[in-house]
Amino acid sequence: MSDIFKKQRPLSPHLQVYKPQMTSVMSIMHRFAGIALSVGSLLLVWLLLAAATGPEAYNIFMVFAGSLLGQFMLFGWTLALYFHLCNGIRHLFWDVGYLFDLKNAYRAGYLVLAATYILTIGTWYCVLYH
Amino acid sequence: MKKQSFRSDLSRAKGLGSAGHGSEHWMAQRITAVALIPLVIWLIYSILNLIGADYEQFTTWLSQPLNAILMILFVIASLYHAMLGSQVVVEDYIHNKKLKMFKLIGQKLFFFAIGITCIFSILKIALA
Ligand code: HEM
Repeated sequence: MSDIFKKQRPLSPHLQVYKPQMTSVMSIMHRFAGIALSVGSLLLVWLLLAAATGPEAYNIFMVFAGSLLGQFMLFGWTLALYFHLCNGIRHLFWDVGYLFDLKNAYRAGYLVLAATYILTIGTWYCVLYH
Repeated sequence: MKKQSFRSDLSRAKGLGSAGHGSEHWMAQRITAVALIPLVIWLIYSILNLIGADYEQFTTWLSQPLNAILMILFVIASLYHAMLGSQVVVEDYIHNKKLKMFKLIGQKLFFFAIGITCIFSILKIALA
């Protein structure tokens, strides 16, 4: 009996078959951002450990943070954090049962992208002109 | 906004959820996510105020009880959340049983180690 069902059951297509959509791209970006933030935690550990060690270690961290590579990493950190924060809130809405219909899933998605953009630019405006 | 329910009729009738660890893991990921929203806002606000701070200014700031407490809360919430999150990522993509166990255990130890490092450092500065 199970043989019949096995033969007729459609195979699930591979991911590459699907056209990327805003919803699916944002979904995988949430994961990338989460991983990037986990790695970024190492910067915070470094800062706290350096400050606990003494002025010299602290200054080494500050020189790195101000370097081109350091600024690039910090920019990536704010971008990932803001995206993950805003999209995480979108996730939490789903978790309590809202925003499931296509129209609102897309609306909230565009809102997340706009908020990420504004927050990142705003933060770096403060950094550069504080 | 229309609210949708995930529960099947049977589960609604019984009034019980799953008994496995999956729901605890899922719930802990959401609780830490909610806790992180205000903590992240506080952290970014603080960092912006601390730009260019020298050693003296930074350690003075971190020895304020409120700042030390919030920093410890941020460290615990974010590392716990990251540990739960990266566990799911490994479970999704690593299918070799031995390698999977190795990664999962290694990851846990790693997050514990950096968490303890952060908390010890904060306390050393705050209680100095
Ligand atoms: C700013 C507040 C944050 C919120 C609101 C938030 C929210 C969330 C939510 C709702 C999920 C589950 C997504 C899913 O079910 O697929 C998640 C996953 C995750 N988060 Fe966060 N998060 C925050 C901060 C962070 C931070 C600071 C880190 C790292 C240090 C992080 C790392 C991760 C990782 C690694 C995952 C797993 C990704 C996945 O399963 O695809 N998150 N986050």
